[in-house]
Amino acid sequence: MAILKFAGVKKGFGDTEILKDISFEIEEGKFYTILGPSGSGKTTILRLIAGFDQPDGGAIYFDGKQINDLPANKRQVNTVFQDYALFPNLNVFENVAFGLRLQRMKKRAIQLRAQEALALVHLGGYAHRELDELSGGQQQRVAIARAIANRPKVLLLDEALSALDHKLRKEMQTELRQLQRQLGITFIFVTHDQEEALAMSDQIMIINEGYIEQSGTPVDIYDEPLNHFVADFIGESNIIPATMVKDFVVEINGKQFTCVDAGITPGEAVEVVLRPEDLDITTVESGKLAATVDSQLFRGVDYQIMVHDRDGHEWKINSIHKTTVGKEIGITFDPEDIHVMRKGESQAAFNARLASYQEVDHDQA
Amino acid sequence: MTKHNFGRLFFTLPYYLWLLLFVIAPLVLIFYQSFLGLDGHLTVQNYLTYARSATYLKMTLNSVWYAFLITAITLMIAYPLAYLIAQLKRRDFWLALMILPTWINLLLKTYAFIGILSQSGPLNALTKALGLGSHQLLFTDAAFVIVAAYIELPFMVLPIYNAIVGIRPSLINASLDLGASRVQTFWRVIFPLTKGGVEAGIQAVFIPALSLFMITRLIGGNRVITLGTAIEEHFLTTQNWGLGSTIGVVLVVAMLIVMLLTDGANAVKKGGKRG
Repeated sequence: MAILKFAGVKKGFGDTEILKDISFEIEEGKFYTILGPSGSGKTTILRLIAGFDQPDGGAIYFDGKQINDLPANKRQVNTVFQDYALFPNLNVFENVAFGLRLQRMKKRAIQLRAQEALALVHLGGYAHRELDELSGGQQQRVAIARAIANRPKVLLLDEALSALDHKLRKEMQTELRQLQRQLGITFIFVTHDQEEALAMSDQIMIINEGYIEQSGTPVDIYDEPLNHFVADFIGESNIIPATMVKDFVVEINGKQFTCVDAGITPGEAVEVVLRPEDLDITTVESGKLAATVDSQLFRGVDYQIMVHDRDGHEWKINSIHKTTVGKEIGITFDPEDIHVMRKGESQAAFNARLASYQEVDHDQA
Repeated sequence: MTKHNFGRLFFTLPYYLWLLLFVIAPLVLIFYQSFLGLDGHLTVQNYLTYARSATYLKMTLNSVWYAFLITAITLMIAYPLAYLIAQLKRRDFWLALMILPTWINLLLKTYAFIGILSQSGPLNALTKALGLGSHQLLFTDAAFVIVAAYIELPFMVLPIYNAIVGIRPSLINASLDLGASRVQTFWRVIFPLTKGGVEAGIQAVFIPALSLFMITRLIGGNRVITLGTAIEEHFLTTQNWGLGSTIGVVLVVAMLIVMLLTDGANAVKKGGKRG
């Protein structure tokens, strides 16, 4: 059963509409990520869940009850703030115990709970430190401990890792994921970092300009982006205008290729996505396309190679093998590497189409 | 001497001169004067006179009491006011309104109050119109305290306002998020974080209030005699500069005590913005 539900939620500030029509359901015990560029409305969604703002339209349900106007302090939700928002006048222990003291718990119980929360974020011995003795990463952990000490049903994390350096951020991603499994509560993580979203989440919701563009598992979203925005925003991609010739055949730049998409009207203008890591470099003769290498960038794990084909179209290729700038190469890819996107197709329509021809597939098999 | 050192000296010299001429020299002079008798010889007589006189003791207590009253009343008005202004949309405008009266000459403001509080003033006109009769408002203790509090108010509002505005909004949200009500948030987060501002405000009001003399004379009608009045009398009327300086030293010591009690430096560090 859904612990949290948004039904047609709208929210604006002054003349600007931030959230236009947001509906979703959040299940218990999963790691959700709300992903979107700056100004897309993702933090506003978090503020509505936490109760810092009230929606202008629509309804928010928590545990089946409508909570549109329930004040923040009455909600079983806790937040890890982007700037940590630790109380500078209190030490580590008192910060973590802040919520527990408000519940008028016994001294001994507070002690236990706060220590337990600190141990969960590996800060067991830090209870009596002052905040200014801690590094940024440790302050981050205190903020998490403070939020989980209250044992919320849902934990909200607002760009929680964005202030940390790359290495620490990677570590915290793993730790947060572990923590979520350990506690079994719902995490809703807001970020603009797609890599972070892919690494941590059970479910990703992509927000843009006040609408949900797509939601699904990281694999679904990466492999089957619904539209140009999602394809461009998640991962790296070559997005090319194309025409659907018939089921399982698409025409790209005047050449026909076999693909795995169907259920689209023949002759319809579509876009195809080819991930740079799905493109392989081969000899000109065995390639599906012939191209010239324009530039090559070493990135540690791989090379990013920019090429242009004989018709002048640019392609981005990620390869672990290096090549030579100026060299003629062939590009090859498999039918399943081509992902066809219809313009303006909704998530429901996409799923229905997918189901229709995958069933056909099964029948044939 | 290197070139760098010379440049440094050149730019810091005016400040050292200023400190020497207008801070250190007057303090030394007052301290020295306080040990001079009427005949111009060095003596501790002034201190003995001060310590043995019941009048001066009473005056000192009076000064501290009135300064305390003025500070307390100013604080009680200033804190909610600063809090309110900080919540307003056009807070800079309201703050400017609050500060505007400090641009008007103190004497002018005091005379304005004489007009307002006098027998034929608007306040008495109002009470008469309401059938409550006319009252002696001027030259009362209450009038003195009210006018002094009015004049000191901006100096209390400003540091408190700055402290409130300096609190990151996410701290308030964090408090609510953890289950605190608005009232609990005030006492557990906002108030502790604005303590530095309150302490700065107390220093800014209590210390000048201790040595007020013009308002005591014009509004208090010399009914309230504070140490400030006593110093004025000794320097201008009785010409006993030695005893006047002694009282001056007493005031300096009193101010030092207040500063130590409010422990400004530490409070500012704790209440300040943090990254």
